[in-house]
Amino acid sequence: MATDKKSFFDSVKDSPVWKSMFRHGYADTPRNRILQVSSNVFLHLHPSKLPRHAVRVRFTWCAGGVTFLFYLILVVTGIILMFYYRPTGDYAYHDMKYLQFDVPFGMIMRNMHRWAAHSMVIAVWIHMMRVFLTGSYKPPREFNWIIGVNLLVFTLLLSFTGYLLPWDQLSIWAVTVGTNMARATPLLGHEGPFADLIGVNARYDARSFLVAGRLVGSATLLRFYVLHCIFIPVVASVLMIVHFWRIRKDGGISGPL
Amino acid sequence: MANLDILTREGCDPTQHIWSRRNFVGLAAWGTVLGSLGVGTLAFGRFMYPRVLFEPNTVVKLGKPTDYQVNKVEEKWIKDYRLWLVRVSDGFFALYAKCTHLGCTPRWLEAENKFKCPCHGSGFRGIDAAVGLPNITGVNFEGPAPRPLERCKIGLAEDGQLIVDYGITYRQEMTDPSKNWASPASFLKYGA
Repeated sequence: MATDKKSFFDSVKDSPVWKSMFRHGYADTPRNRILQVSSNVFLHLHPSKLPRHAVRVRFTWCAGGVTFLFYLILVVTGIILMFYYRPTGDYAYHDMKYLQFDVPFGMIMRNMHRWAAHSMVIAVWIHMMRVFLTGSYKPPREFNWIIGVNLLVFTLLLSFTGYLLPWDQLSIWAVTVGTNMARATPLLGHEGPFADLIGVNARYDARSFLVAGRLVGSATLLRFYVLHCIFIPVVASVLMIVHFWRIRKDGGISGPL
Repeated sequence: MANLDILTREGCDPTQHIWSRRNFVGLAAWGTVLGSLGVGTLAFGRFMYPRVLFEPNTVVKLGKPTDYQVNKVEEKWIKDYRLWLVRVSDGFFALYAKCTHLGCTPRWLEAENKFKCPCHGSGFRGIDAAVGLPNITGVNFEGPAPRPLERCKIGLAEDGQLIVDYGITYRQEMTDPSKNWASPASFLKYGA
């Protein structure tokens, strides 16, 4: 403790451990400070300059930003719920009840996840309506509209797959009815048009692919859990990155016509 | 995607060689990548259909034919297998108890000789005792149901019991005779 503060930090910065992590020092110059902002990947999501109209809430409704905020809430609360939830027929319902009644802050995590999920679906439709009403889907933004439509579909799929996870009667029958629609898929559903062309049947068709069998059961729950927690969020996140990047590449946020 | 322009790229004189080494290696690399991805995709598709399903077997045995009365709708299998076993003068068939409107389970009303759905009032014919197979049992005649009740695959097992697969059904309105009530698997000739 005899060493004074400055020399203590200097000795840390001279140590082999520190130098293995940080190869050279950081020069606190005005140039480096502006680079910190202009080359930061998170700050990069927003343009360095904004047109005045882009910050008018009455024009954008901030619906896309609100949708993304709900998505972030869902990712955080969803990961927290995963610490207690087991996607197996014997456990799932009881884990959901356990989260609600016993786990500290479990109820608020589950309810935040549920309400943010409902809100995200609503917000994404409002965002789509705003983009449509302001004509922001027109060239040069037509490709970003397509990405957005795909994101809408993945939002609805996240909502649908998440609906099964509480594993109560409502979930099971809702997903039974929902996946029954897959029976009528053209070519791939055994009750759909042209089903005979490639010879699909009730055991091997689009519905049994989703349901992992003939009935909505424990195998379906696990399948939907993996889709809900891994597959769809990864795909949706990649599409979101492209979606936000394309806003800048397509000339920034659209203005009033 | 594979850039097939490499076939005509510089360095490949079509009069001298078909492909340059670069073309060959390029195509081989793309072929390997796309081929593995394709095989992987197909394998994943198969992976998602397990060979064994942990579900109740849809093939069930329903006792001896002599256990059933002629021109009677037997209700005792409804709870377990969701079907009525119907015995007419010259045979059997199994009627799947799922309303063709929205999938509720109808009720057999013996006094009125009809099946009646409690959800939206669809009615299906009972037994016409004057005729044998295929009979009009299960044909819709009132309410919103668009088509007759389905009949399950039925046969006689080696031990002499009736055997029914309620996972395979035959629909009266189908034109294909292997899928409608003319199909020999949709009824069992017995007696008379």
